[in-house]
Parts: sequence; structure tokens; C-alpha cells
Amino acid sequence: MDIARLTTMANQIARNLAAQGDEAAIAATAQHIRDFWDPRMKAAIIASDRTTLEPIARAAVERLKS
Amino acid sequence: MAYEPQADFGTPEVLSETSVTLTIDGRAVTVPAGTSVMRAAAVSGGSIPKLCATDNVAAFGSCRMCLVEVDGMRGTPASCTTPAAEGMVVRTQTPRLEKLRRGVMELYISDHPLDCLTCSANNDCELQDTAAQVGLRDVCFGYDGANHLAMPVDSSNPYFDFDPSKCIACSRCVRACDEVQGTLALTIDGRGFASKVSAGQASDDFLSSECVSCGACVQACPTATLQEKAVKEIGKPERAVITTCAYCGVGCTFRAEMRGQQLVRMVPWKDGKANHGHSCVKGRFAWGYAQHKDRITRPMIRETIDQPWREVSWDEALSFTAGRLNAIKVQYGARALGGITSSRCTNEETFLVQKLVRAGFGSNNVDTCARVCHSPTGYGLKTTFGTSAGTQDFDSVMDADVILVIGANPTDAHPVFASRMKRRLRQGAKLIVIDPRRIDLVRSPHIEAAHHLALQPGTNVAVLTAMAYVIVTEGLADEVFIGERCDADEYADWARFVADPRHSPEVLEVVTRVPAADLRAAARLYATGGNAAIYYGLGVTEHSQGSSTVMAIANLAMATGNIGRRGVGVNPLRGQNNVQGACDMGSFPHELSGYRHISDTATRSLFEQDWGVTLDAEPGLRIPNMLDAALDGSFRALYVQGEDILQSDPNTHHVAAGLKAMELVIVHDLFLNETANYAHVFLPGSTFLEKDGTFTNAERRIQLVRKVMEPANGYADWEVTQELAKAMGLGWNYTHPREIMDEVARLTPSFAGVSFERLEQQGSLQWPVNEAHPDGSPIMHVDGFVRGKGRFVVTDYVPTDEKTGPRYPLLLTTGRILSQYNVGAQTRRTENTVWHEEDLLEIHPTDAENRGLNDGDWVRLASRTGETTLRAHVTDRVAPGVVYTTFHHPATQANVVTTEFSDWATNCPEYKVTAVQVMASNGPTDWQESYASWSEKSRRIAVEPAE
Repeated sequence: MDIARLTTMANQIARNLAAQGDEAAIAATAQHIRDFWDPRMKAAIIASDRTTLEPIARAAVERLKS
Repeated sequence: MAYEPQADFGTPEVLSETSVTLTIDGRAVTVPAGTSVMRAAAVSGGSIPKLCATDNVAAFGSCRMCLVEVDGMRGTPASCTTPAAEGMVVRTQTPRLEKLRRGVMELYISDHPLDCLTCSANNDCELQDTAAQVGLRDVCFGYDGANHLAMPVDSSNPYFDFDPSKCIACSRCVRACDEVQGTLALTIDGRGFASKVSAGQASDDFLSSECVSCGACVQACPTATLQEKAVKEIGKPERAVITTCAYCGVGCTFRAEMRGQQLVRMVPWKDGKANHGHSCVKGRFAWGYAQHKDRITRPMIRETIDQPWREVSWDEALSFTAGRLNAIKVQYGARALGGITSSRCTNEETFLVQKLVRAGFGSNNVDTCARVCHSPTGYGLKTTFGTSAGTQDFDSVMDADVILVIGANPTDAHPVFASRMKRRLRQGAKLIVIDPRRIDLVRSPHIEAAHHLALQPGTNVAVLTAMAYVIVTEGLADEVFIGERCDADEYADWARFVADPRHSPEVLEVVTRVPAADLRAAARLYATGGNAAIYYGLGVTEHSQGSSTVMAIANLAMATGNIGRRGVGVNPLRGQNNVQGACDMGSFPHELSGYRHISDTATRSLFEQDWGVTLDAEPGLRIPNMLDAALDGSFRALYVQGEDILQSDPNTHHVAAGLKAMELVIVHDLFLNETANYAHVFLPGSTFLEKDGTFTNAERRIQLVRKVMEPANGYADWEVTQELAKAMGLGWNYTHPREIMDEVARLTPSFAGVSFERLEQQGSLQWPVNEAHPDGSPIMHVDGFVRGKGRFVVTDYVPTDEKTGPRYPLLLTTGRILSQYNVGAQTRRTENTVWHEEDLLEIHPTDAENRGLNDGDWVRLASRTGETTLRAHVTDRVAPGVVYTTFHHPATQANVVTTEFSDWATNCPEYKVTAVQVMASNGPTDWQESYASWSEKSRRIAVEPAE
């Protein structure tokens, strides 16, 4: 999968949930990805170096690993 | 059923809590108070002669044919304008009445052609029937006096003729245009003998006038004055079948009036609960595509997309397709396969396609066109209210005091509902329009918006948050409703968020470009103006914050208590005829039918037991993800039923690359559409006239689609999908779509009470139909939200990543036009091209002048994604800095220009915001020329050698 595209998507989700506050936004972003992303997309974002993920998105992707 | 005209009670139905009983020709009749004597007589089984009266317009009392005698009343009152009264005694047939009526009829006939036998309305003419009713035997005035018999026929409209020589000046057409359609295009010009129906100015014919060709005048005409050309060419129908329109989400029901296998005309059905006997130019007239020469009726295959198509038998096509699908599944795994369901096909067909993908292909890679239109509605309304659909029926608008239209253009995209909305507005309801364009509703005859907030494209959330700021900070919220119906903590969080001064209209004005005073006034009107209803369309959803906007709308409705009763609500105007149904049927990759997540073990087990398979518990790919995955080699095969993603989806170059990368693309459609240029298998589809099933409209109304003719390709679409499933080894054996609906009902709680039998009995049902709501649910969330407490969601304004700049200084927004539908595959193959033969670019005069452009010039429209050329239409309907076009024509391919920016929650494309530049052009772009060449090559069909 195009990791740049997935990164953009994850950052966009996080930005739109950020108003909930960091902790809630991280949890909501992780749950959104769990609920709506195909396994290969999840695997790709988890496997990426995540350097271009914004903080909330990066923390959310970190949670996806567990 | 054998052909009979629809019953006409003469005057409209009256709803009243009290009734009156009167006696008509010795028979006692009880009717609601306010009912006319004419209607009461019709209800009792009688028939008073009439010419100027018909039951979809108010009584007029001009023809003097419906005179009656009433005990205690002087003279002979017109029964159409005389209200029935308690104890009234009426006689409809006396020697005096006979003489009066016959005299009037003699006057009419003295100026009417005596060509009944060769007239196209012969045996289907109210004038002829009435002449028979009154016993006309002679015309004492003779036929030599001044008359209108030599007046020329106006044949300018492609679908109907206007023959003034047959006009009796009853005004039914004029009143239908006023009252039913609300366009007010017609008038009676002149006085006395010079009176004549006129389409606007003296120089206007029907085509050049403001007439929108809805057909209301044709339906109202009691003679052959306004008549369908098809009736003139084919003759009077011999049977009629009630079915449901396959165009927009209004879901009008029609009588398909037939001779043999030939469709003569589609006449809106008066008992249709979505349309109440009205129609638009598409549903009424634009069905010629069904028999168009471009239609492909034999299956075709090819090894590679640069080869010509080869016509084959159904067996060979299905065997080839199933073999390829199975081979790809074995080699790359189930997740390499997927499908797209069609919002133009029936619920049953859609259900089967998603079942084939999940149970046959073995993946959840199924999606539907709602991905590119109302997927944010599904997400947003489920999150806030608990269910993915609008809250009201269409009739609810007649109880609205304030109507807020945001990001929708109902007069073009949902015209039959728009007519009803306009009727309510003419009665005095207040209108707020939030739209970058000055849509027709902003100002049209007898209608003017109280507020038009012409916002900067992409700032919906900012505008709605500013409205919420006004409502909360000025104490206009409905605290009682909120306290009883909504989650208190979430409301408190939301109220605190929106009340932040950074959300005031004054602060956000710099972003939205909406004057703060106007926005404050609109917010106050919405919150305090009585019943307030919100109607929205793709101008809400097709943004990077589409889902946020839907939730912001829901927040406003909850904050003001405008949910759960008639006249209020949140109403998405769904685009395609069955897009609501396609979503209901489990077409999204994360949901089974009834919007239940695929990861839910209990739900999945239900399907697994019923279908005898194990389902993947992980969500599948959405359409744009499928295309991305195709480019990385992990997605290899796609079955597309009744969609043209190459033309309809954003960034055409990317869509083409994704399709080209696949090993197998199966297109199941009526025509070789643009997507078929990249396909290996073409399975011919059937039209809505050729199949049984159901559609579900924007008000959750499930209605029957009935087969009126045999499929030209031999099979209904559900049969083709079933045969493909069988070829893949699945043991499906449905013999009729009703069995598929029974399966849907068995597996879907909100459809538990739906069956073809019940639909036959009830006419239609609005889901949920279950134990709690056995007769369906016209209004939702009446006593509580589906999710329990209504959920306020904080929706922060996040600007789109698509930015204007020196290279691309203008914002493009796209939409549709009345005469065309979606990618135009159907409407471009009808006479509707008379009104729109090409996509045009609307540009403000200032922007045009800055670029040296004149109306009609060829212009190049370029974005970061691509460029195309089309003609400019210079108009102040669009604001400076904004340009607008439609996407109906493949020669233009507006989506070459649109980007892949999309809604954060659903990936619904941001069609409404693309940064572009516009410049003069002298011809098509390189891409247009190369695509035209490729398209021509790809559509070749091999000619079999003669034996």
C-alpha cells in the first residue's frame, strides 16, 4: 500500500478528532483505524517508520500493535 | 392491469377531523368537512361532468360543466367550488342541468376540431367523454364562426406537443405548473376569445420558455392539446403496471403504460407516497435509454484490454469469469478480490452482490457509490442518532416553518421533492440557503430565501459551528429537549466548545466569508422560527470534513429540539434511486446489512449459519483503497455492477491506473461505459423496466419495482449474479427476488417485517419495520434516539489540504443539472441532451474578464491533478473566485481535475473543493485526445467471420 497515502489518512483522522483532547483522540483514532481499515492497510501503517505521522496519529498507530 | 385512466375525484382531498353527511342524488355520503360537492359525488360513486377540474389542483370554477342543484340554494352552483355541508341535498342530473351543460358543451365543440377518430387522444379524452356524458348530439352554433383551428402546433419540446387548436382554455395546465410543479412557466395570455395558453413571452415556445418539462401540464390536460409524442406515434396504452423510478432518491412511483412489450409513457402515480402524482423530466420522459442502440445485450470477454471484445454465450462468459476469479483467489488469496454494488439496481440485486463478495470471493472488499456521495451521512447520523438514514418522510416538509437547505440544489437534483418544498415556502415557511452558488431556490417565482449564506467552499463546519455559537451563547438551545433526550455530559462538552469566542460569526467571517450579521440572523431564525427542518446534499458530504458537517447538522437539530416530530429533522437528499437501499443491504466493507459491523461476532455468526460459510471478521477495502491496492499488486479482480467509476470517481488518471493494474475487471452494465474500457468481461445488464425487486428512497421508503417487459439481455441482474455465484461453486437457487428479500428480513432486524406480500398490500413501507414498528416508521427518533441518548459530537473546523495559490487561484465545485443524471449514461441516451449537450464551466463575470473570457469560449480547466477543456458560461450564480461544472459527459471528464483529498472518516472524495486555474483554450487537451482514441479502440467488438 502507498504509505504516504495511509499516513495522510491517519493524520487527517487524528486532526479531526484532536478537539476531544489528546488521550480521547488517540483512543478514537486507533479505534477508527481498527473499524474501517483493511488488514493490509493496518499492517502497512504499523510497519512504517511513522516519522511523518503527527503525534496523535503516531500514538494511535502504536496502540494498534497491541 | 388493463388500461384505465387514473381515478380523478375532481378536487383535492381534504384532511379534516370533522365530517359532514349530505345527500347526492338520493344517496347519503359522509366526507371530511371542506370537501367539495364534486369530490363527495365521486367518492359516492357518481360522476359529475367536468372539464376545468382535476384533483391535483385547486378548484377553479370556470367551465360551468359541473353545475348542480342544491336544495335551499339559488341558481346552479359549480360543484367543484361548493363545499359539502351537513344535511345538504344535491341533485346532479335534472332537465335544467342537462340543458345548461349541453349548451356549454356546444360552445366548446363549436371551436374544436371534429377529428376524434384520428385524434391521438381518441378514447382517452375528457372532452370526448364529457360530450358523451351530456348527450351532445348537435352544435347549434355551427362551425363556421371565428375559431382557433388553424393555430400551429408547437413541437419544440422533444417529448410532448402543444396543439392550441384543441385547447379549451380550462387553465388546468397553467394551474398544474403553478400549484403542482411551482415553476409558473405557463399563463393564459389575452382575454375573452383571444385567451390562449402561453409559455411565457409571446416569442417563447415551450422549449425556449422556463418550462422544466416535468409533464404536470400534460397530465392535467383534458384534451389532446398537450400530449406525449410517444402516444401520437404508438397509440393508446393497453395496460398499466405500477413501478418505481430508477433516477434520483425521491423514488417516484409511476404507471408504466404499455402496448404489448412497448412502453408508451410513464405517468406519475397519484397514490405514490413519495411523489403524490408528480414527476420530473427524467422519470416522466427520459426512459428511451432502455431501448437505445448502444445497449449491449450479449456477454463479451477478452484476454487483455487492448484486444477487441468477443461476443460469447452466457455459459462461456460465466465459465471464463468464474475460472479467472477462482484462479486469482487461489494464487493471491481472497482479499485480492472485490466488488462494487450498484445504487441503481434493486435491494435484492445489491444484497446478492455483497453476498457473492463475502461468501463467494471470501473477502469484505465490497463497496458502493455511496462511497463518493453519502457515506458521511451513514457515519455521521449513526454516530449522533444511532442509525444511518434521514429522520423524516417527505410529507413532513409541509409542517416545517423554517427550511434550511445546505449543500443541496433540490430543484435540479430532487425536483419532485423540491416542488413540494416550494409549495410549503409559498405558504409562508421561511428559507435559509447555505451554498456557494445562488441556486434557484434563493430566488424564484413567489419564493425568496430569508438568508442566503454564500460561504467559501470548504467551510461548512465553520459556518455550522458559528451558528451553534449563536444558539448557545444567546440562550436559544432547547434545554428541556436536551435534558430529556441527549447525553448531558456530551452536550456540556459540545456547548463549551462551540461557545468559545474563536467560534463567533465575527471571528469566523474571515474564513467563511459569510457576513456575521447574516449568519447570526439565520441561526436565530433556525432556533426560534418554529418547526425547523434541515435538508442537505452532496455539498455537505463531498468534503474533507463531510462526516463532521453531518454531525454538526445533527448537533444543531438536537440543540434546538428539532428532532422526533413532523416538520423538523435532518434530511439527507440521497442522490441515486437506491443509494439508501444499497447502504442498507450491507454494501460497505465494514458492515453487514442493517449497518452492523463485520467484527461483531454475534451478527457475523447469524450470517455464517444462514449462508453456511465462515466470514472474514476484518473490514474490507473501500473503492479508493481497492485502486491503491491494485497498484501495489495485492488487489487483482473487481466485479462492478451498474457503476462507472472511471467517470464518477475522483482523479481519473488514478482510477484508470488502478483498473489497468488488475488482472480481471468484470463490468455488469447496460452500456460499454468508461470503466468497461479497462474490463475483461462485460455482462449485459437489465433496466428497471425488466426486473422485479425493490428500491429504497431517501425517506427509507421501500417500494416495489415491477417488471413491465422482458429483459433485452435475457436475464435480470440478480439472475446474472446468481449464475456467476453458481459458476463459482455456490449453491444458490433463488427463483424470485421475493426470496432474497425474505433472506434480508430474516437477517436484518430493521427489515424484519418487510416482504413482497406486505409491500403489495401496503404500497410501501419505511424502515425500521419490525415488532416495535409493524407498519414502518415515517418519522424516526420520536420517543428516543435509536442509540439511546442523542450524542453531541465536537466538530472542530479543520481546513482542507487543498489550497488555492498563484498557480491555482480559483475553487472548483461540481454538481448536477436537472436534465442529466450522474455520469449521464442514461440521460445522455435520451432527448434530454436538448437541454444539456455538454458540460459547461460557470465562471463569475469578474473572473472571466480578468482572463479575457467570453460566454461560450473554450477554456482549459487545470488543477494539480489534471486538465480538461470545456466551454465557459459567464454568470453571477457563482461567487468571484469560485467556478462550477457538471460531470455528466465523458468527453469532458470533470474528474480528471478533481483530487483524491477525501472525507477524514469515510474517504468520500472532496469533489466540492478543487483548486484550479482557468484559461482560454483552442482545443481539447492531450489527455482528452488520447482518451478518445483509447476509448474508441477499447470499444471494438470483433466481427465473427461469415460461415
